[in-house]
Amino acid sequence: MTKTHVTTSINGEPVEFLCEPGDTLLNVLRNELQMTGTKEGCGSGDCGACSVTVDGRLVCSCLVLGVEAQGAEIGTVEGIESKDKLHTIQQKFLEHAALQCGICTPGLIVSTKALLEENPNPTEEEARYYLAGNLCRCTGYDKIIRAVMDSAEVMRGEA
Amino acid sequence: MSEAREFKYIGQRTIRPDGYDKVTGRANYGADLSLPGMIWGKILRSPYAHARILNIDTSKAEAHPDVMAVATYQDFPHVSSETFQGGEAPTDLLDLAKNILADDKVLYHGHAIAAIAARTESAAEAALSLIKIDYEVLPPVMDVADAMKPESPVLHDDMFTQGLEETPDTPSNIASRMELKKGDIEAGFAQAEVVVERDYYTPTVHQGYIEPHATTVSIDEDGQAMVWCSTQGHFDVRASTAKLLNMELGKIKVVAAEIGGGFGGKTTVYLEPVALILSKKSGRPVKMIMTRDEVFRASGPGSATRSRVKIGAKKDGTITAMQAKLCFEAGGFKGSPMGPGCMTVFTPYDVENMYIEGYDVVVNKPKVAAYRAPGAPQAEFAAEMALNELADKLGIDPIEFRLKNAARKGTQTVYGPKLKAVGLVECLEAAKNSPHYKAALGENQGRGLAAGFWFNIGGQSSVIINMNPDGTGTIIEGSPDIGGSRASMQLMAAETLGIPASNLRPVVADTEHLAYNQTTGGSRTTFATGMAVIEAAQDVVNQLKERAAAVWNVTSEQVEWVDGVAINTAGEEKLTAAEICKGAERTGGQISGTANINARGAGPSFAVHICDVEVDKETGKVDVVRYTAIQDAGKAIHPSYVEGQYQGGASQGIGWALNEEYIYNEDGIMENAGFLDYRIPLASDLPMIDTVIVEVPNPFHPFGVRGVGETGIVPPLAAVATAVSNAIGVRMTDLPCSPPRVLKAIQDAG
Repeated sequence: MTKTHVTTSINGEPVEFLCEPGDTLLNVLRNELQMTGTKEGCGSGDCGACSVTVDGRLVCSCLVLGVEAQGAEIGTVEGIESKDKLHTIQQKFLEHAALQCGICTPGLIVSTKALLEENPNPTEEEARYYLAGNLCRCTGYDKIIRAVMDSAEVMRGEA
Repeated sequence: MSEAREFKYIGQRTIRPDGYDKVTGRANYGADLSLPGMIWGKILRSPYAHARILNIDTSKAEAHPDVMAVATYQDFPHVSSETFQGGEAPTDLLDLAKNILADDKVLYHGHAIAAIAARTESAAEAALSLIKIDYEVLPPVMDVADAMKPESPVLHDDMFTQGLEETPDTPSNIASRMELKKGDIEAGFAQAEVVVERDYYTPTVHQGYIEPHATTVSIDEDGQAMVWCSTQGHFDVRASTAKLLNMELGKIKVVAAEIGGGFGGKTTVYLEPVALILSKKSGRPVKMIMTRDEVFRASGPGSATRSRVKIGAKKDGTITAMQAKLCFEAGGFKGSPMGPGCMTVFTPYDVENMYIEGYDVVVNKPKVAAYRAPGAPQAEFAAEMALNELADKLGIDPIEFRLKNAARKGTQTVYGPKLKAVGLVECLEAAKNSPHYKAALGENQGRGLAAGFWFNIGGQSSVIINMNPDGTGTIIEGSPDIGGSRASMQLMAAETLGIPASNLRPVVADTEHLAYNQTTGGSRTTFATGMAVIEAAQDVVNQLKERAAAVWNVTSEQVEWVDGVAINTAGEEKLTAAEICKGAERTGGQISGTANINARGAGPSFAVHICDVEVDKETGKVDVVRYTAIQDAGKAIHPSYVEGQYQGGASQGIGWALNEEYIYNEDGIMENAGFLDYRIPLASDLPMIDTVIVEVPNPFHPFGVRGVGETGIVPPLAAVATAVSNAIGVRMTDLPCSPPRVLKAIQDAG
């Protein structure tokens, strides 16, 4: 099958890749670009482990085609930290022990960043509903929500 | 460990050393390794729940240019029925082989039959349709009650019930029966003034780890294999793979990737031996990843059960007799957790007369695997529901009722040993004193409480601590870290050595770098591997003292080790660990501590959970509005990750109680094999989960540790179902308490 040439931007860096028309953005990231920070939990948009942003919009990359990245700005977990400094959200996830196995963590961090960009001062309920698309089986979400609320508070102070 | 002691490092909420890689996406999980020349493997699965395989024709697939290898059951060297330690529980080699690639029968929808390796994942997937299989379709047996009937279709012609006085001469679906008893059950019920007897049901559920099973395998010309995989026990993956493929253990290196959840479900093998066959045949590295659909249909869920429990008590609340019949579905092959179910069902209670029988029954569902405290949630659900009903009948508060009958130090268990120091009474007292238990309930709300027990295990662990010339160290351990255990290892080593935790780097080594380590299961890691870490660290301390003694020309008995510093008791001198390590070359060479242990004395952990729910009586929807998990940790090494275990167990148990179940159609095909329809709790489904860490030290661990990982999933089933029952005024006996079932209960009660 003929591959399509795609020019895109990932985490602010220009990237080109070839993919088949049916390849998902998730598979392109993981298998073509070796960006394995984005995880696959279900492949059907139900678990959020593959959360990325496309032009600032939070999506499941398993539901986006690789060719749709043409001309777009893609944001993945690898682009959250700046140089060698963790993002506040990443730091708070560590401090609150908001991860156990960690497989859902990249998706949750991408989603939390999207949440706090949309709504810097969410209530606990708003945070829980915004993150309802990111499944975590280990933690029961308690420490995740605490990390999110703490991140929001710190980031409001930084802004 | 007899009295409370002050700790310098233990109990701190340090940042886990592997956390940085996990919040940045750098951590490598089962699906994250790619190798040069790697190809992709896919599995052809049965479209029927029960069928005989008449013929498999792989010729067209093998001839396809994209296909580089095909594997079927015939590719296993001869395997025979043989029991060996291949994971959390003893495994039958023949069953394991037939589960990985079916021989002459498929026993569940999704049962693996053949595998293909091709240049790309999509080419492998497409080529599966080239394999032609002729089936004789058989009627499926989908429920343990049906499977136990004499007229039921039989899954295995050679299955003759074990554990009866006389082995029957006709085959059946009952693989085995067991019985546990103490006292005189008839006499016990004769003394009872109030009796409750009921049937209970729990559905097939899945562990629901977010990371699907995945592996990448390679083998060289010398037959030396490398297996990278997502597993709770890489040493047991090695054992299983070697047995199945008739290879020497030393010919297989298994690397445990970071693991994206397991909960018992990653204690056996599905893909690894198949990938190795494909790699051998193709001469290429092979990667295999299950889809979510495959994980649901063809990995190892937790058993569905049907139970009957009968409990009798005197009017003053003294329980006189407890009786249970526990029927466990094993899936297509024998091996349900009937044993631990029978052993745990009544263990929270000190009651003279008990009689428990268990049945291990095959049905046309996937072969079950361990799921967090395997067997205990199902069994103790039935027991705790009956106890709560009995407490109501007696008009006694459920905590007081349990306190009156609670197991404690010296209680004779039904399965053998007497309990040593345990913390059930302390958990019940903590529940009684909690603000949650005293809080008022709102309209349409109900409260439920339940206790839970799990044994915990010890077992074999191997640890090496290498000290570096600058006084930092590396803790090399072999227990896949499923929930933050490396942070605990770091703290226990730091406490023993007197060196800051951040100076000690814990790593999980592959099978070539350590002696055997038992699988991460049975809540053993912080206890048993922790003991090995402490012993290895003590070995390092002894060597550091000897080196200091050599410098000072005194005996090592004259050297004291205090907070990471050697002190010459015969003089004034001191040497830090870093100074001794720096000079190690001149005092005898490298400093490295080792421990190879088979840990005994795992302390059981008891828990008590309190749950408040609110029920929408028009729809039957249940919301958990408040939840408190109280559990004995012995000693919490890293309190955050102990709380995390309590919260995670509670959350999985809440899902089990309220929503989760395998739904099958009449052909035995699962209809909800995805996270949209098999609904595990979402962030929006749960409240904060309050925790209380009770610490009754385990006398057999240097720091008092008890395993904490599993007990927390035991109480929620009954705590939640009791809360629902109390909210609607109807006793729920079948799980899950999903909206349709709750609504029907409300309507039936009229």
